[in-house]
Amino acid sequence: MKTIKPFIVIFIVALVLSSCTSDGDDSPKIEENPMAEFNLLSNIEANGHSLELYSKGKKGFTTGYNEIFVRIKDNADASYFTDPEISWLPVMHMTSMNHSCPKSDLSITEENNTVSKGYLVFQMAGNTDEFWDITFTYIVDGQEYSLTETIDVVAPSDGKQKVSSFMGSDDVMYVLAMVEPSDPQVAVNDIQAILFKMENMMSFPAVENYTIALDPRMPSMGNHSSPNNVDLTFDAAAKSYNGKLSLTMTGYWKLNLRLLNGNGEVLKGEEVTDENEASSLYFELEF
Amino acid sequence: MKIIRCAHKVCLILMAKSKPISRLVLLLGILLSPIYNVAQELVLHKDSIITINLDEVILISARKALDYHRQPKPLSTLDEYLESSKKVDMVKRGAYAWEPTLNNMFSERLSVTIDGMRIFGACTDKMDPITSYVDVSNLSKAHIASGQQGAEHGTTIGGAINLELDRGNFKETGLYGGLETGFESNSQMSVVGAELNYSDSQYYVDTDIIYRKAENYFAGGDEEVQFSQFEKYNFSTNGGYKITEGRALTASIIFDEARDVGYPALTMDVSLARAIIASIGFEQDNLWGILNNWKSKVYFNKVTHVMDDTKRPDVPIHMDMPGWSDTYGFFSQALLKIKKHQFLFKADGYYNKSLAEMTMYPNDPNELPMFMLTWPDVRTANAGIYLEDELSFNGSFLKIATRMAVQNQNVADEFGLNSLRIFYPDMEKSKTRFLKSISGQWHKMWMPLHFNAGLSYGDRAPSVTEGYGFYLFNSFDNHDYIGDPGLVNEKSMEANTKISWEKSKFKVSAEANYFHIKDYIIGEVDSSLSVMTIGAEGVKIYKNLDYANLFNTSLDMEYAVLPELKWSGLISYHRGTDNNQENIPFISPFSYRSGLQYDNRSFSAALRITGAAKQVNYNPDFGEDQTQAYTVCSLTLGKTFNFNNDSMYAKFGVENIFDENYSTYTDWKNIPRMGRNFFLTLSYSIN
Repeated sequence: MKTIKPFIVIFIVALVLSSCTSDGDDSPKIEENPMAEFNLLSNIEANGHSLELYSKGKKGFTTGYNEIFVRIKDNADASYFTDPEISWLPVMHMTSMNHSCPKSDLSITEENNTVSKGYLVFQMAGNTDEFWDITFTYIVDGQEYSLTETIDVVAPSDGKQKVSSFMGSDDVMYVLAMVEPSDPQVAVNDIQAILFKMENMMSFPAVENYTIALDPRMPSMGNHSSPNNVDLTFDAAAKSYNGKLSLTMTGYWKLNLRLLNGNGEVLKGEEVTDENEASSLYFELEF
Repeated sequence: MKIIRCAHKVCLILMAKSKPISRLVLLLGILLSPIYNVAQELVLHKDSIITINLDEVILISARKALDYHRQPKPLSTLDEYLESSKKVDMVKRGAYAWEPTLNNMFSERLSVTIDGMRIFGACTDKMDPITSYVDVSNLSKAHIASGQQGAEHGTTIGGAINLELDRGNFKETGLYGGLETGFESNSQMSVVGAELNYSDSQYYVDTDIIYRKAENYFAGGDEEVQFSQFEKYNFSTNGGYKITEGRALTASIIFDEARDVGYPALTMDVSLARAIIASIGFEQDNLWGILNNWKSKVYFNKVTHVMDDTKRPDVPIHMDMPGWSDTYGFFSQALLKIKKHQFLFKADGYYNKSLAEMTMYPNDPNELPMFMLTWPDVRTANAGIYLEDELSFNGSFLKIATRMAVQNQNVADEFGLNSLRIFYPDMEKSKTRFLKSISGQWHKMWMPLHFNAGLSYGDRAPSVTEGYGFYLFNSFDNHDYIGDPGLVNEKSMEANTKISWEKSKFKVSAEANYFHIKDYIIGEVDSSLSVMTIGAEGVKIYKNLDYANLFNTSLDMEYAVLPELKWSGLISYHRGTDNNQENIPFISPFSYRSGLQYDNRSFSAALRITGAAKQVNYNPDFGEDQTQAYTVCSLTLGKTFNFNNDSMYAKFGVENIFDENYSTYTDWKNIPRMGRNFFLTLSYSIN
């Protein structure tokens, strides 16, 4: 025991010293680019500012769910405004009319107070005659600015359906978008979706406490399905519909869905049976 | 037919009577106890192993007597040799790689070893039983042991098949070799083999090579069985070096590769099945002065198996299904003789990696391929000890044996583990099991009457497929199978008895064994699951049944009409039921064989008849239908010619003389067996 004691002392001292040095790392605080791992989607110059739009994985705006990170740079000294108050309004300019899309508010991220985060759900892609633009209104240094930028919204590169806008049997127009899985695995995946209804052309409030029944299938495998899927139910904390999605193999999966309201009435979608291969409401995955 | 029905009835009554194993045990106990007391006349039935003598397999071999005439068909496949055993039936999915069954039990309930080495097939669909990775040129014998008597080389329920490698033994024979060739008309199979050996008192080296190629075979009535071709070659070498007197180092390597193997009963063929089997051994006559015959071996083997459906027309979806199985192992054993006892101590262990994957290519070329792991890289580590004691009590003999093993199975691949967790969310990555076996075997003799009886208990862990298989398609019952890692060990209680009357001219023996298998593992339909394989009827999950009973009995006779002329006959009956009295699949119907054999050393002739009655007990839930009765006859003629020092042996035969179109209960999806077939083999030995 006598020989062990000095070792313990040395060990504790070493531990304390090492924890001290790691504490010390914080002090010089080298400004690291918080967006280093992100893709810059757009850099909009206006009002002497640069408004930067980032995405975590995507290289551009696609139909469906888009998580967007926003920073505003003061071009005068290349610094980023802290805690900017930003609102946004995406608008689709169709040949016959204009409409907006479901969106969240932009809120400051916890990690960095120069970065705001939110999402947009584009129901459709732009084309030669029709296009999307986003108008940002922001307050920095007590002054309100505004800018509008045209963006390209395209279908996802794999061409798979991640969003559906449809008329429910209650004559309400809905938009349903898949958030997760963004990186599907042969496993039980968490599936997350968000649901909105179209109040008017410019307003898409979130819909709560419905149910989305899930039936994943592989059309190429004789409509093979998987076990232990869990229908998506509303999670008030996450403000999204969450469920479980089992994928037994890689490849193309069609996630057949049925939207049920709070009373259990089916608003959209059909059950998959031997006669009916697929639901009219669905998402697609391929991995 | 009356006789058959009678026998069936008698057996049914027996089955009903013997339902609770305890009663049977009690009965045997009562039977045994007086034998034990008046045991003077007992003579040990030497380790109760039936030996199929495969010495004839090596075509030119000076160290062994040139005794091809004892072999009905030299150069036939190992499968055909095994099928000639009284206890073994072969499940056929084609002309190649038949799966041996023993006491109507399959691979997962058997211990199949090569010279005591564990080796596991790499095919999830059992297209490569390990007997397909050796050839007759490698082997001297196959030891077949029933039930727990086969526990020496590994855990088993149904029994063991140990294939003994053919090797030199430091005899002063010098250099010798041989050539052999054979041809079969039906499948146009040609076989060529060669052997070159050297042996002296210091060292020996044996090498052999064999090549087989067969086209499609024709069933009775000239019906071509598509996709029944195969091609394989096998190369092996083994050597020994005497370090000092009583000490030797040995080494062996077998390389076996089959290509373009058709499986007419399945939806896929095999483009490659390859095994490398290697070992290094050390043998010492004495150890610490008291132990003798000390033998140790370290070994490894590597099996690669690639399924292929590119040659099949009309596959619903094209797929690749490769599999790999690597095994590393060792054993060490020694004998100890003390007075009445002869002990055998053995310690062994192995580590196996089983991985298999499936990639399916959608008909729409724009879709990505579909991939899954069908065996999720399961790592099985098993360590065991085996202890055997042969006791002789003043003329009476008893053999007691026990095996204790600990086995861990670990799913090494995260992808595979996550796949299985779709079904079993709380599944552990690793699982450890303890496996036990104990058996006792008696032999008593009132010349010329012999009586044998045995009782044993043994259990086994689920196989990789049963525990971890993921959507494995079984074409026999047209279901996808999914393993269950939570299965409990299957436990077998077994009783066997044999009565024989042996005189030099006439031998008759009747034997029976009975297995009461608790937690019997079998697939059960789960109707909530969706099939994966296109066209499959449903999905089955491996489950533990409460129990199943298996009963096998046979009557064997041999009569020497003249010293050169022998008649032999065998009839057997089998029955298997589960706890709901439902039939277990793959249980043999009443079957028989009879033969007349003439042999005067230089000339031999044999006429054989084999057959089975119509299958009465079958189970459509497992894809079985009623197999019709059949009888087939075969005739062989053999002659030895001598030229100076060398000798040549020729054998000619015709099998299925009357070109009967038939299939047996073991024929996967009723594929018909070979029709009339002429064969000729020539063996030339150079001394």
